[in-house]
Amino acid sequence: MKIDNSLPLEYRNEENRFRITGFWIFLGAEIVLFATLFLTYFTLWTRTGSGLTAADVFVLEPVLAETFILLTSSFTCGLAIHAMRQGLKKPMMVFMGITLLLGAAFLGIEIYEFYTYVHEGLTLQTSAFASSLFVLLGTHGAHVTFGLLWGIAIMIQLKREGLNETTANKSFIFSLYWHFLDVVWIFIFSFVYLKGLM
Amino acid sequence: MKKKGSLLVILTLLTLLLSGCTDELIVLNPKGPAAEMLSETIIFSVLMMAGVLVVVFTLFTIILVKYRASNSSPDYEPPHDEGSLKLEITWTLIPIIIVTILSVVTVKTTVAVEKPPAGYENQKPMIIYASSSNYKWHFSYPEQGIETVNYLNIPTGQNIEFRLYSYGPITSFWIPQLGGQKYAMSDMVTKLNLVADTPGSMMGKNSNFSGRGFAKMEFEVLAMSPGEFDEWVNDVKKTAPPLTEERFDELLKIEFPGRESYTSTHLEFRPAPEDHSSHFKKPGQKDEEQPSNNDNHEGHGEENNQETEVEDHSNH
Amino acid sequence: MNWDKFIVDGLKHGDPLIIGAVISIVLVSIAIVAGLTYFKKWGYLWREWLTTVDHKKIGVMYIISALVMLFRGGADGLMLRIQLTAPEAKFLTAQHYNEIFSAHGIIMILFMAMPFIIGIMNVVIPLQIGARDVAFPRLNAVSFWLFFFGAMLYNIAFVVGGAPDAGWTSYFPLASTEFSPGVGNNYYAIALQIAGLGTLMTGVNFIVTIMKMRAPGMTLMRMPMFTWSTLITCIIIVFAFPVLTVALALMMFDRLFGSQFFTMANGGMDMLWANLFWVWGHPEVYIVILPAFGIYSEIISTFSRKNLYGYKSMVASMAIISLLSFLVWVHHFYTMGQGAAVNSFFSITTMLIAVPTGVKIFNWLFTLRKGKIVFTTPMLYSLAFIPIFTLGGVTGVMLAMASADYQYHNTMFLVAHFHYVLIPGTVFAVIAGMYYWFPLIAGFKLNERQGKAAFWTIAISFNVTFLPLFFLGLDGMTRRQYTYSAETGFGPLNLIATIGSVGLMIGFALVVYNIIWSFRHAPRETKGDVWDGAGRTLEWATHIPVPVYNFAVVPEVDRLDAFYFAKKEKRSLFKNKIEKIHMPSNNGQPFILGAIFFFWGFFMVFSMWKSAIVAGIGVLILLAMRTFERDHGFYIPVDEVKKTEQSYGGDSV
Repeated sequence: MKIDNSLPLEYRNEENRFRITGFWIFLGAEIVLFATLFLTYFTLWTRTGSGLTAADVFVLEPVLAETFILLTSSFTCGLAIHAMRQGLKKPMMVFMGITLLLGAAFLGIEIYEFYTYVHEGLTLQTSAFASSLFVLLGTHGAHVTFGLLWGIAIMIQLKREGLNETTANKSFIFSLYWHFLDVVWIFIFSFVYLKGLM
Repeated sequence: MKKKGSLLVILTLLTLLLSGCTDELIVLNPKGPAAEMLSETIIFSVLMMAGVLVVVFTLFTIILVKYRASNSSPDYEPPHDEGSLKLEITWTLIPIIIVTILSVVTVKTTVAVEKPPAGYENQKPMIIYASSSNYKWHFSYPEQGIETVNYLNIPTGQNIEFRLYSYGPITSFWIPQLGGQKYAMSDMVTKLNLVADTPGSMMGKNSNFSGRGFAKMEFEVLAMSPGEFDEWVNDVKKTAPPLTEERFDELLKIEFPGRESYTSTHLEFRPAPEDHSSHFKKPGQKDEEQPSNNDNHEGHGEENNQETEVEDHSNH
Repeated sequence: MNWDKFIVDGLKHGDPLIIGAVISIVLVSIAIVAGLTYFKKWGYLWREWLTTVDHKKIGVMYIISALVMLFRGGADGLMLRIQLTAPEAKFLTAQHYNEIFSAHGIIMILFMAMPFIIGIMNVVIPLQIGARDVAFPRLNAVSFWLFFFGAMLYNIAFVVGGAPDAGWTSYFPLASTEFSPGVGNNYYAIALQIAGLGTLMTGVNFIVTIMKMRAPGMTLMRMPMFTWSTLITCIIIVFAFPVLTVALALMMFDRLFGSQFFTMANGGMDMLWANLFWVWGHPEVYIVILPAFGIYSEIISTFSRKNLYGYKSMVASMAIISLLSFLVWVHHFYTMGQGAAVNSFFSITTMLIAVPTGVKIFNWLFTLRKGKIVFTTPMLYSLAFIPIFTLGGVTGVMLAMASADYQYHNTMFLVAHFHYVLIPGTVFAVIAGMYYWFPLIAGFKLNERQGKAAFWTIAISFNVTFLPLFFLGLDGMTRRQYTYSAETGFGPLNLIATIGSVGLMIGFALVVYNIIWSFRHAPRETKGDVWDGAGRTLEWATHIPVPVYNFAVVPEVDRLDAFYFAKKEKRSLFKNKIEKIHMPSNNGQPFILGAIFFFWGFFMVFSMWKSAIVAGIGVLILLAMRTFERDHGFYIPVDEVKKTEQSYGGDSV
C-alpha cells in the first residue's frame, strides 16, 4: 500500500485515492442519469392528458423552503469537511449531524409535497407529466434518503473510531455525494418548479 | 490459399447477383417513381461500396501472400514502423470524400422521399388513411367515402398521400415496389407519398414487429387504371355495407378478418390522431371538458379539434 | 398463493420444446449439485471461486458464463433458422418464435458479447498495465455477480412465468401491459437492470484501474492498444449505461406501477422509449466492438511480428468513434417521421463513423505489410475479421443513407448487416482473444490443429448463413416474421442460410471440444511469452500460468512495447527487489448480494411486494455490513513470493 503523508488524511493511502477518483467517475454516471430524467421530464411535461398541469399543483413556498434547507445542509456539510481537515472531530460530528437533520427536514417537506399532489389528484398514474415529475423528484428523494442512511453509518463509525484514513475518506466521499444532490436540486428548483410556475 | 479464393468468390457473386438479379429482388424492381429513385440510390451506393471492397480485398490478398512467414527467410526481421503521416492522411481523406459524395446523394434523396415523387409535385394528391390494428390494415378513402380492410386498390399515375397511424403497437407501412416504408403510430399521423406507374398486383406489409400475428400482416396492393379504379369504387358503393361504430369496434378486436369493404369510413366517428392536442395542455390552462375515459386507447378521436393543428410531428 | 402464475404457457399446452427445456434445466441442476457433493467440491467452489476477488478468476467466470450463454443464444438462433428453413414451417409457434428471437438478441448482446469482453478485460488489463489487480477488487466481484444473477433471472423466464416476447428492443406500446400482459417483459426490465448495474460498476472500476494503476513509466501513449480500447469503452459505459438504467426504470414503472411514460393515452409517448433505448443502444454496439478492435490490434501486431502501424491514429480514431457513437441513435428509426432535416443530420454522423473505422482497417493492413505473418488460430480469426467486417461496414454505410433505409429498415438486409459486423467484429475477437490469452490462465495453449478446423468451419458457415440474408432483405423479407408463404420465393435462400447455421453450431461445438481436449492432452508451457517469444506487452513478461500476485516485482516501462524491446536488448523490466505483496482478501458478500438481487428481481417480476421489500432491506443490510467492515487485505511475505517464483523454475525476475 502506497502512503503519502503530505496529502490530507482522506487522500493518504492509495486505495483511498482510488476511491475518490472512482466516486468522481460514478458521479459522472449520476449526472447522465439525472440528465436523462430531466430530458424525459422536459419531453413530457406539457403532456398532461386530462390531468392536472404543473401550474395547477406547484406551490412556491414549500419548494423555496426545501431549496433553502438543502443549500444550508450543503454548506454545513462543507463545514464538516473543513473541520475534518483541521482534525477537529467534535465540530465535524456536529456539522455532519446538522447536515443530516437538514436532509431529513428536506425529505419531510418533499414527502408532504407528494402527499399534497396526490391529495389534489396528481398521482404517478395520472399522466405522462405526473409520471415524469414523480420519478424525477422521487429519484432525487431516494438519493437523499440513501444519503441519510449512509451519513448515519459514517457518523457511527466516526464516533467509534475517531478520525482516521478510512473514516476521513468515507466522510469526504459522502460530502461529494451530498454536494452533488444539492446541485441536482438546484436544477430541479429552476427548471421544474420555477419553469412550471411561470 | 483457400481464404482469398473464397473472398473473391463472394465478391464476384455479390456483383453478379446484384447486376443479374435486380428483377428478382423486389426492392430493385420498382413499379413507381419513388421506389425507382430509391432503387437507383441503392445501386449507386452498392457500386461505390464495391469499389471500397475491391481496394481492401486486393490489398489484403497481396499482403497476406507476400508477407507470410513461410514466404520470408528465417532471419528476416520485420522493420519497426511507426506509421506514415502522409499515408494516414490519405486514408482519412479518401473516406471523407466518399462519405461526402454519399452525403450529397443521401440528403437529396432524403428530402425527396418526404415529398410527392418527381413529376407529381403539382398534382392534387389523393388521400388514403392507412391505419393498423391487431394484425390488420384499414384503408379509408375519405374522398371516395369507402373503406377496405386488408386490401388496397389504387389508381395508376396518381400521387397518393398515405396518412398512417396505429391503434396499437408501432407498425411500419411498406409497399417495397412503390417506395419506402414509414411508421404508423398511435398518437400521431405520418405521411408517405407513393405513385404506381403501371397496373398490377404488389405486396404490401407491415415491416415492424407488432406481436403474435405480425407475420400475417400482409396485404395486396392492386394498381389499376383510373377508369377501373372508379368502377371498383362504384362497385363497392353498390354492394358493401356502411361501417358503423359498433362494427368498427368489433373489427378492431378481430385479428385476421380477411378482406372487407365498407361504404363509409371510420374517420367520421373516430378521426385520425392528426391533432393529438389531447396530450398537451398549455401550462396553466385549466382542464374543462376533456372526456374522462382517456385510459381507453381507442379514445383518441373523441377529442375536439379546437387547438392548432399539428401537421408534421418533428417534435423530438 | 396462486402457483399458476409461475407456470409458463408452453408447459400448460405441452409444447415439447418447453418441456424439454424444463427437464434439461432440472437435470443439469441436479447433476451439478450431485457432482459437487460427490466430489466434495462445495468448499473448493466457495473458497476458490464464489468468494474470489482475483481479477483473473473473475475474468474466467465471466468467460465461462459467456460461453454458456453463447450456446444458449446459439441454440436460439438455430431454432429461429430451423423455423425459417421452409415456407409455412410448423417447428415453432408464433409466440414461441417471438420469445426466442427476443432472447437471442438480449442474450447475445448483453449476456454473451459484453461479459465475454469484460471477462477478457478482467484477465488481461491488470497484466497489460503491470498491476496486481483492478482498483476495486471487491467491487469487481460485485459487478460479476450482478451480471451473473441478472443473466440467471433472465434465463429462468422461459420456464417460470413466461419469457419476454417484444424483441430485444422491447418497443412500446407493444411491450406495455396492454399488449404484453404476461410477466415476460417484467423480466426484461428487471433482469437487464440488475446486470446493467454490474456493467456500470465495471466501467468505473476499469477507468480508475487504467488511469491510476499503470506501471511506472507507462504514460497514456505507451499503453497497449487493448488497454486504450478498454479505457475508451469504459468511458462509453459510464456515459451510456445510466440511460439504460433510466429507460428500464421507466419501463418498470409503466408495467408494474401504472405510470404513463410510454402508454397510448394520458400523454404517454411511445417514441420516447425508442429514443432512450437507442441513446444507450448505439453506444452499446461500440462497447462490444471497440475492445474487439483492441484485441485484433494486439494479435495482428504479435503475429506479424511488427509494432502496430499508426498507433496515434488508432487511438484518435477510437476516441472519435466513441464520440460519434452518441450522435447516431436516430438511424435506428429513420422511418419514424421526424423529417428530412433530422434524418439527413443523423445520416451524415453515421456515415462519418466509416472514416475512423476505415483508418483502422488500413492501419491493420499496413501493420501486416512487411511483417512476418504467422497463421496461428487467433491470427486466423483476426485476419478473417478484416474482409468480413469491411463487408459489414460498407453495408452499414448503405444503411446509414436515410432515404435508402426506407427500403432496408426492418428487413433481413439489416439482420445480415449487423451479423456481419457483430460476429466478425465481436465474436471472432473474443474467440481470438481467448485462444491468444488462454495460456496466461491455463498454462497451456489450445490445440492449434483443432482450433484451425473450428475456425474454417465457423468462418465459412458464417458467410453461408448470413450472405443470403442481404438478398432476402432486398426481396422484401422482414425480420422477426416467424413464417412466410411459398409464393414469396424466400424458400431457397432461407434453406441455404439454415444449412450455414448448422455449420456455425458445429464450429462452436468444435471450439468447446478443442478446450476440453486441450485440458487433458495439450503440452504444458514451462515459461511465459508462449507465442514463440513474440509477445510485446507486459502480460507476457510474467510466468505462465500467472501467479496470484501477477508480478513478483512491478515492471518499469520506458516505451511502447517495452517488453519486446527489453527482450531484444536483453534487459530486464524488473529492477526492484521482491517485497511483501499486498493482496485483497476473498469475501462472500458480493455473491450473497447478487443472490439477494436475484430474489428481489424475481419478487418484483411477479409483483410480490412484501417479499421484494424484504429483499430490498437485505440489500441495504449488506451495504451496511460493507461500510462497517474493516478489511485491509493481507500481505504475501517475501519468502513465499520467492518460493513461488522458484517453483516456476525461472529467474526471470
